[in-house]
Amino acid sequence: MSFAWAKQYEPKTPLMKWLDEKLPLPRLVYNAVGAGYPVPRNLNYMWNFGVLAGFCLLLQIVTGVVLAMHYAANAQVAFGTVEHIMRNVNYGWLLRYAHANGASFFFIVVYLHIFRGFFYSSYKAPREMIWLLGVVIFLLMMATAFMGYVLPWGQMSFWGAQVITGLFSAIPLVGEPLQVWLLGGYAPDNAALNRFFSLHFLLPFVIAGVVILHIWALHIPGSSNPTGVEVKQESDTVPFHPYYTAKDGFGLGVFLILFSVMVFFLPNALGHPDNYIEANPLSTPAHIVPEWYFWPFYAILRAFTGDLTIPFTGITLIPAKLLGVIAMFGAILLWFFLPWLDKSPVRSGHYRPLFRKFFWFGLIPAMIALFICGGAPAEEPYVIISQVATAYYFLHFLVILPIVSQIEVPKPLPFSITEAVLGKDKAPAESRAGSTDAGTPGALPEGSLQPAE
Amino acid sequence: MATDTAVTRDLESQEGVRRRDWIHIAALSTAGVGAASVLIPLISQMAPSADVLAASTTEVDVSAIQPGQAIKAVFRKQPLFVRRLTAKEIEEANAVDVSSLRDPQTLAERTKPGHEDLLVTMGVCTHLGCVPLGAAEGENKGEFGGYFCPCHGSHYDTAARIRKGPAPKNLMVPDYTFTSDTVIRVG
Repeated sequence: MSFAWAKQYEPKTPLMKWLDEKLPLPRLVYNAVGAGYPVPRNLNYMWNFGVLAGFCLLLQIVTGVVLAMHYAANAQVAFGTVEHIMRNVNYGWLLRYAHANGASFFFIVVYLHIFRGFFYSSYKAPREMIWLLGVVIFLLMMATAFMGYVLPWGQMSFWGAQVITGLFSAIPLVGEPLQVWLLGGYAPDNAALNRFFSLHFLLPFVIAGVVILHIWALHIPGSSNPTGVEVKQESDTVPFHPYYTAKDGFGLGVFLILFSVMVFFLPNALGHPDNYIEANPLSTPAHIVPEWYFWPFYAILRAFTGDLTIPFTGITLIPAKLLGVIAMFGAILLWFFLPWLDKSPVRSGHYRPLFRKFFWFGLIPAMIALFICGGAPAEEPYVIISQVATAYYFLHFLVILPIVSQIEVPKPLPFSITEAVLGKDKAPAESRAGSTDAGTPGALPEGSLQPAE
Repeated sequence: MATDTAVTRDLESQEGVRRRDWIHIAALSTAGVGAASVLIPLISQMAPSADVLAASTTEVDVSAIQPGQAIKAVFRKQPLFVRRLTAKEIEEANAVDVSSLRDPQTLAERTKPGHEDLLVTMGVCTHLGCVPLGAAEGENKGEFGGYFCPCHGSHYDTAARIRKGPAPKNLMVPDYTFTSDTVIRVG
């Protein structure tokens, strides 16, 4: 599953030889993230975020498990135990702030990881499965983060739980019984808090399992790279260790500096002050907002203010509330179809002039607009802005991407990664004239993905 | 030995049906029924427990509510609005063309006979479940003089019917009965 020139693991001491015969775990690590994994030599810093996301998951599991030693998931005391963590538990403030800001940083890192995928079309064959598993991880992360935010049992926790489970009540016929079933009551209460804690503890380990599948699927074709040209020969790659362990280590250092700034100097900047008021089922905060990382999707939810009706008859086909819910979930489920919506054989945005314009001047501004509108109150001009941005968001993926991939004339691709990096490639000329497969069976996708020079 | 082979051959000749197929079907069906019956407790444990269901009736004394005034009570751990309408509010509610409403209902359909001035609704916005404003003194009652949900801007009229904004339904009227002239039992 790796390239033919990948270095082979050789146990050096008798102990390691003995271990390799019984349980070849060091061999697995060596082949996965060691010198035995050849990686394209031209990866830029956008390729750091996978490792950083893995680090964030580890950080959240470690801080979360220790916080669970001091927290009690009971509506009577939950709010109090969070304050107990903040005031009484040794370094409790640090652990809680690291966990709360860790969630935000996890989403920052994952959003950059996803947008790297959008720009460099990392979702295209032969890497569709990596992308699909990634979308699954993202959905699991959203569920985990939502349930974690309910646990402090503050006002935003309570009303967030009310609003998000209220989304399910929009489903025709089964919606309201489904919401009661999810909450274990008619409003968020002890039953809901307890099950959210249980699932919030469980899901990170499910995520870790899917992450293993995600990395496994990645190691079959190997990493993509900024040119989008597949690896052809040994000179296109360097071993993961020490080259990318060093590069990822540098990225981790930068990440930790920024993370420490937030944890130690701005720990509540990304939170909402209303969550320091204990949950009150009889009083709704004037302005309910989810955590910042849900804002774009919350804006899509709120963008639908009118029912879908048959014109002039007044018959409602789909009420506004259900439309909003469908659109919000659809906005993410759409990503599952991305590998088949974008048919262009060229991967990298660098060689796709038209795609690049729509990416930077269409998708990115639309996402920023949705982000701002999702955090703003539901009033003009935010409503109309979020409606326009929502329309563009869906058009971009469902209409623009398929059309662009048909009509676009891509720029000429370099022959190989080596040529892209060094400006020349000593590879034999005959391999250029003939098949685009430069003799690395199993490592290349079908030749159609490499346009003729 | 020879008879066994003959029997096997004979059975297999019947369109490939083998005696072992029956064992497969029986075993898998039994396992399937077993798995399904294990799912029932696993799923139904999530539904409201007995103590939650037991707290599902509430009695409210409505004698002290003055016209134009509303009180908040608690029903199933959710806010309940009980409002004594003024003559003007009743007039406004009855003046509306019912067929023009998103969720067409008359005031009479939303109250009990003989108590048309007493409007009992859940204080839960039908959009996403926020508590609308307008029950307490001095709160924003929205453009139609009833309730206003600040979360996503739903306006309810004096009969707590949805008039403007994203909510799909009128504020829900729970099941209730007058146990005496002054006391209602909700649930």
